[in-house]
Order: sequence, then C-alpha cells, then structure tokens
Amino acid sequence: MQIPIEYYLILSAFMFSVGVVGVLTRRNAIVVFMCVELMLNSANLTLITYSSYLGDTVGQLFVFFVMAVAAAEAAVGLAIIIAIFRNKLTINIDEINILKW
Amino acid sequence: MEIYDIIFYLFAAITLLSAFFVVTSRNIVHAAFYLLFTFFGVTGIYVLLGADFVAIVQLIVYVGGILILLIFGVMITNKITQVDIKTGTVHTLPAAIGVGLFTGIVGAVILNTEWRIVDSPMPVATLSTLGEMLLTEYVLIFELLGILLLVALIGAASMARK
Repeated sequence: MQIPIEYYLILSAFMFSVGVVGVLTRRNAIVVFMCVELMLNSANLTLITYSSYLGDTVGQLFVFFVMAVAAAEAAVGLAIIIAIFRNKLTINIDEINILKW
Repeated sequence: MEIYDIIFYLFAAITLLSAFFVVTSRNIVHAAFYLLFTFFGVTGIYVLLGADFVAIVQLIVYVGGILILLIFGVMITNKITQVDIKTGTVHTLPAAIGVGLFTGIVGAVILNTEWRIVDSPMPVATLSTLGEMLLTEYVLIFELLGILLLVALIGAASMARK
C-alpha cells in the first residue's frame, strides 16, 4: 500500500462531483439516472478505501448492501420513467411538472 | 514509480475521463457506453484495494444488470426513428459554482485530515470472511435485502405494466 489514502478519496470526491453536475444539469431522466449511479459508485469506492486502509472487512459488506439497494432503485426508477413516458411521451425533467399547479 | 502506481493512475484516468464523458456527451447511448468504462475502472481500483469479491459483484450487478436495464430504458423511451436521442442541459452556471464549492470543501477536508492507517499485510481473499459475516452477524440485513429486492421486482413489474 504505497499509494496514500488521499489519492483514492480525492478520486472518489471528483467522481461524486461529476455525478452531481450531471444530476443538476442534464435534462433527460435516464442520464440523471446514470449520474446517480456514478455517485453511488463513488460512495462505494470511499467505503472500500476505508475498509482496505483500516484492515476491516465490514466496509466491503456495506458496499454489497449498497449495491443491492442500488439494483432495486434502478429497477423501480426505470419502471417509473417508463410509466411517465407512456403518459406524457417525454422524459425531459423540465417538461414533467404534473406535481406543480 | 512502481507498477502499482501505474495501475492506479491508469484506472483512475479511465474512471474520471469516462465519468466526465457520461455527463458531457449529448447522445444517451454514448453516455451509457462511457458508463460501462467507468464501472470497469472502478472495478480495477477495487481489485487494487484488495476487495476481490466486491469487484466481481460490481461487474455482475452493474455491468450485467443495471447498465443493461438503463440501455433498455433508452430503447423504450426514445423515438429511435426521430432524432430525439440527443439531450440538452439546464442550469449550467449555478451547478458549476455549487459543485465547485462543494468539491473544494471536500478536497480541503480530505487533504487536511490526519488519517489513521493500519499497516495491513498483503491482501488476502475476502470471500470466506464476507460469507461468514453475512450469515452470522449481519444475517438480518441480508434477509431484509432479499425482501427489498422482491418488493422492488413486484413493484417495478406492476408499475411498468399497463
């Protein structure tokens, strides 16, 4: 382990920031979804880094849990997007305002 | 510069560059393919950190599951025959300012913290340790995750149905 822990943490911080930029700026709901996956991945990377540098395997177990929840989230989110697309024929998030009045 | 460093920089560059292209590319299908490279890069870094089982699970779940699901979403929700597969951006400037501030603060915290590091020996295979913990100490969470996945499956199927 010659690489300092900061390198990994900064890598995942940058990845998270790129994901946040995507969520804030993109219009297509599926691209927003991809950016949420990026953010989840960077959080997982942080957990694995801590787990590895602390010599404790529990961090890897939590990454496993996060992945399971992410898979469930992706399935339900895609179903919601498809249901919205069927009703509104668009998935641009600035054109979907059915909760606004 | 050892081989270890070179591998780290290689995978970090792959991850960051393709993450950048996921956000900036205007074509959704291209963004999905760049996301594939991001997942591969993260997998490489997991292997580098000695998390072998999690790396394999990452490949199976993300590349084999979530990415395919996303590409199916693109296929269903875009009128492929028309040129509607490109998308634009909104609120670019406020997002850039806010995220820049956020990244600066997080980076400063990371660089100024005294990290307590345990000198671990060579990485060993984590599979048996993980399996043992999963079925003894964390068995309740494991079962709850199974129920969560079942509920998500049923919910997704009933929502996407007519």
